[in-house]
Amino acid sequence: MDELALDLARAQFAFTVSFHIIFPAFSIGLASYLAVLEGLWLLTGRPVYLKLFRYWLKIFAVAFGMGVVSGIVMTYQFGTNWSVFSDKTGPVLGPVIGYEVLTAFFLEAGFLGIMLFGMNKVGPRLHFSATALVAFGTALSGFWILSANSWMHTPAGYSINEAGQFVPEDWFKIVFNPSFPYRFVHMMLAAYLTTAFVVGAVGAWHLLRDRTSEAARVMFSMAMWMAAIVAPIQAFAGDMHGLNTLAHQPAKIAAMEGHFESRTRAPLILFGVPDMEKAETLYKIEIPDLGSLILTHSLDGKVPGLKDFPREDWPNATVVFFTFRIMVGIGFLMIALGFLSLWKRWTGALYESRFLHRFALVMGPSGFVAVLAGWFTTEIGRQPFTVYGLLRTADSVSPVAAPAVGTSLAVFILVYCIIFGIGILYILRSMRNSPEEGIGPEAGHPIRTAGITPVAALSQDKPETSGAPAE
Amino acid sequence: MAIDLPLIWAVLIAVAIFAYVVLDGFDLGVGILFPAGRTESERTLMMNSIAPVWDGNETWLILGGGGLFAVFPLAYSILMPALYAPIIAMLMGLVFRGVVFEFRFKSSARSRPRWDAAFFMGSFVAAFAQGIALGAVVQGVPVEGRAYTGGWFDWLSPFSVMTGLALVSGYALLGATWLIWKTEGPSQQHFRTIARNVGLALLCFIGIVSIWTPLLDPEIFTRWFSYPSSLYTLPVPVMVVAAAALMFTSLRGTRDGVPFLAALVLFLLSYIGLAIGLYPYIVPRSVTIWQAAAPESSQKFLLVGAAVLLPVILAYTAYAYWVFRGKVRPGEGYH
Repeated sequence: MDELALDLARAQFAFTVSFHIIFPAFSIGLASYLAVLEGLWLLTGRPVYLKLFRYWLKIFAVAFGMGVVSGIVMTYQFGTNWSVFSDKTGPVLGPVIGYEVLTAFFLEAGFLGIMLFGMNKVGPRLHFSATALVAFGTALSGFWILSANSWMHTPAGYSINEAGQFVPEDWFKIVFNPSFPYRFVHMMLAAYLTTAFVVGAVGAWHLLRDRTSEAARVMFSMAMWMAAIVAPIQAFAGDMHGLNTLAHQPAKIAAMEGHFESRTRAPLILFGVPDMEKAETLYKIEIPDLGSLILTHSLDGKVPGLKDFPREDWPNATVVFFTFRIMVGIGFLMIALGFLSLWKRWTGALYESRFLHRFALVMGPSGFVAVLAGWFTTEIGRQPFTVYGLLRTADSVSPVAAPAVGTSLAVFILVYCIIFGIGILYILRSMRNSPEEGIGPEAGHPIRTAGITPVAALSQDKPETSGAPAE
Repeated sequence: MAIDLPLIWAVLIAVAIFAYVVLDGFDLGVGILFPAGRTESERTLMMNSIAPVWDGNETWLILGGGGLFAVFPLAYSILMPALYAPIIAMLMGLVFRGVVFEFRFKSSARSRPRWDAAFFMGSFVAAFAQGIALGAVVQGVPVEGRAYTGGWFDWLSPFSVMTGLALVSGYALLGATWLIWKTEGPSQQHFRTIARNVGLALLCFIGIVSIWTPLLDPEIFTRWFSYPSSLYTLPVPVMVVAAAALMFTSLRGTRDGVPFLAALVLFLLSYIGLAIGLYPYIVPRSVTIWQAAAPESSQKFLLVGAAVLLPVILAYTAYAYWVFRGKVRPGEGYH
């Protein structure tokens, strides 16, 4: 009975947080993209930037709304389902989350209204400030929540009182705990990449339909710059994050790599099926010595195996082995797309290569998959603890009976699938609209449709001139 | 004398919860009154009157929950499991209504009535669940050691259902008076009529709660009805009567903001009345604010931030309201 309640509570948390992370991962990047677009519009006065700003603002509004409502659920779920965890970690994690609310949530919410509805009321410059503040708020929110999450992986700066609560001793050590800088950089880059690949896919889709569309060209080009520059940086940041994990959570690394035996000159297992019962990885395809080289930067480096640790402290290697490979695999594909776009740009075929556009289109959702796979890896890799090495997941759960948790989980699944399914449908529908079509209520604003401009009059490689007939 | 940190925090969190109750209260109230919108354009107007501010309003709920988690983690970890069903119901209600702000304008004309219904249902369920949670807390929460020991339906009682309905009517009054402030012409006249009706309902509920709550617990009874403590508590009901009188007269007047302000005063007085009954408990009749308080280092760290940031937050929130001041008119908004 208790076992069942625990599993249900874990399933509920995993389900709600996985749904939630999709939206911030997108809106952190999109808010910054919107700030860049509006800034470019103010700087250059080119109408295409305003057009793109309005286009993505509508999508941002839907994604942000879903992020807010699924986020409120998270704030309360600590208490409803993980009350023992809340009682014990509240003194440390509570103030960190409190700072997130005070510095970030209010900032975002306060200026979101002006960003969405206030252009005609406050004028372009103040409006740009509102957009920039919302973008700043989303990043700041990431700062605090990743600090809190990282503390659960690498707790620091605390003592434990007689009630079993973690008591803060050094706030600097708590906020900047050992894994935080790495996780923060890795996640922020992930959010920007996720958005870049969505923007790139939407641009690619419209280029496939009309390669003269100026708006599609601009967004595609911007997204491909991001892919080419940020994807390789992300690989480097991910490697640093992995080395940090090796130092602080070696069991997680052992599980990710599928190593049960600790050894020097360890191979890199490309594929295999870690079997937790037999405590060995079956069907291995491996490259000799490379595992030691990657993790320790030396052929003779010692790589941990799960058998170094007590059996009851093992994370589930079968799951994290695969989620880790999915994330890394997508990362390589992202880098490949970025480099391909650089080459096509160099040869002048960035807006012509249908292969590139199709590749970018397929890669549209890749950021979300990578983000989820990455989070599964780090969070399942932290098990069986909520606070690593100190507080077990089984000792963190609320005294709520299985039927109650089962009911709420069923309701969450039903409601989230309906609400967020429809929301994603609306977002996709907005993306299907051409960015060239007039959007919003500004009746007097220039509206150009691709059909009005006589296509024959334009040379293939020149963007549509901005003095279009409809203006 | 040392500074009484838990008391300061109890006041701060009480203020945050009150800010939430009145701010999200009026926009939940607009949702509760949504079926009373007579035409498509009137309903659009109702929604546009709150669209730029609802998200900021709801952030106070996160501050209330987050503040409890940070400063009174014991209370948070007892109350949340005790209120499991109403809290989950509230969250689901907030999910449903929160997404409608965008979805309604993206949907086809055919499916729009469904979103209108979702907006009403979500707002109603959230308000009703909050009222039930309030009633369940006032009744008292059994605790052993550091955990809730009651059953999974303890929150459900005639008293908590009554407080649930009371809060729904209170939010409806806030919503109606907000709409009087933000609209004009026939719509405004319509909401004046509604405000009168829900205002009467709310006064009945205030009367019932005022009699029922002291009967729940002799200690509360003494606080209200015995000399000399009644000298301090007597002004509360007197001012309730005064605020109600102000509201009903202003409903017939020409100053459109006054009914809303009078409704705010009614809420404040009811809130103070509740606080008089509950003090010094944070989990009524089980855990006091000092027993539930987090270690001093937690309270201090967050207090520094709150002292600096809350005034800033209030300033830019006021600015956001200022930007969208005045009447809402058809055709505004970005949709």
